[in-house]
Amino acid sequence: MIPLLLAFFLFLIGLYGTAVKRNLIKIAIGLSIMEYATFLILALIGYREGGKPPIMVKGIQEKTLVDPLPQALVLTAIVIGLATTALLLSIAVRIYHKYGTFDVNEIRKLKG
Amino acid sequence: MLIILCGLIILMILGAFVALGAASLLSSAVLLGIIGFSLSAVFLILQAPDLAIVQIVVETLSLVIFIAVILKTTSEDATVRARARLPFLIIAGAFVVLFMLAVGWALGSMPPFGWPSLRMAGPYLTPEALPRTTGAANFVTAVVLDFRGYDTLGEATVLFTAVMGVLAVLRRIGRKH
Amino acid sequence: MRGMTTIVKTVTRGMAGIIFLYGVYVVLHGHLTPGGGFGGGVAIGAAFVLHILANGSREAETDARKSRSALVESFGTFGFWVLAIVGLISGTVYFYNFVSKGTLFRLLSAGFLPLANIVIGAEVAGAIVVVFITLASLEIGGEK
Repeated sequence: MIPLLLAFFLFLIGLYGTAVKRNLIKIAIGLSIMEYATFLILALIGYREGGKPPIMVKGIQEKTLVDPLPQALVLTAIVIGLATTALLLSIAVRIYHKYGTFDVNEIRKLKG
Repeated sequence: MLIILCGLIILMILGAFVALGAASLLSSAVLLGIIGFSLSAVFLILQAPDLAIVQIVVETLSLVIFIAVILKTTSEDATVRARARLPFLIIAGAFVVLFMLAVGWALGSMPPFGWPSLRMAGPYLTPEALPRTTGAANFVTAVVLDFRGYDTLGEATVLFTAVMGVLAVLRRIGRKH
Repeated sequence: MRGMTTIVKTVTRGMAGIIFLYGVYVVLHGHLTPGGGFGGGVAIGAAFVLHILANGSREAETDARKSRSALVESFGTFGFWVLAIVGLISGTVYFYNFVSKGTLFRLLSAGFLPLANIVIGAEVAGAIVVVFITLASLEIGGEK
């Protein structure tokens, strides 16, 4: 249970980065940390004690395999996380070109 | 094994603390890379080689995109405060303690770490049943593309939409001189 | 973005091909070894990104909406949907596994899983290259 508690604490750190920080790049980094924590929690749930990777090899009979279902959920989520980060960073670049700063409070005051 | 796992997760937590508090944005990007590669090592310890391969290549490309964006705009964070105010620290500390207590209470009613917790797909995902239904040797690819292929169609659509969003946002600047 | 020194360009000439071949291997053997369409597709995209980074973005400065990578990505997404709709048209369920299963541990087994891995690899590789071209050929200049 201790790895799961640590993974939830990592999620809290990412939440702090997204909610409190004022720099847009730091907000994007906080979002990435939250995503990594989610992948970690899902991979930890699917772990079996003494398990082997869930792939059948010719000629080897395994008794216990690790649960493949959470791994399938995480596999597509990793690539979607990359696409979302790229979109967020392109919006940040656009905002920098228009306002000249990454600070969220200044952008809210300037208003075009 | 459990000690190495907890050690790597504590390394990720320390890296996250420093990445969010650093004054230079390049340091934050490099620390994000450290967190990603530690996550790949954790995936290897948890016997998930598919996830480790995908996480390494995705983390490398994500680092390249972060550093390209930071080098083209600015590399200093001008909003780092000297110290945090006391009421904020008290409220944040209370929230963290309450959250961790709730998580601990919720995890207590689940099976302990290392026991099977998802039992619905048991009859479909055994080494005897898979060659008959799918014919694949890789369980994870069979689940992603055959048993839950509809989710993969949704993921392909989301990826396509995100790329169209990037093209629509950066349309006017991406022009050669 | 400027290119890099001569040493980097010479090494890239060999390395980009090897990375591309590794990505194709991971995509094709997705149903036998770890990996599959997603990891292999990102590796193929990384080979092209390496080429653009080492040789400068003068050669790659095209309009990303009309480039060939955008075409490859669109065909990848469309191809996956076509594989899904074949089952619906031929009278069975949506996403029906219409290719024969074959024997275990061979390369041409497991139904339409190799075909689906190939189209998803094409889509992800195209997406990575399009995003990088758009971000890399960005110049700091005046707003129109």
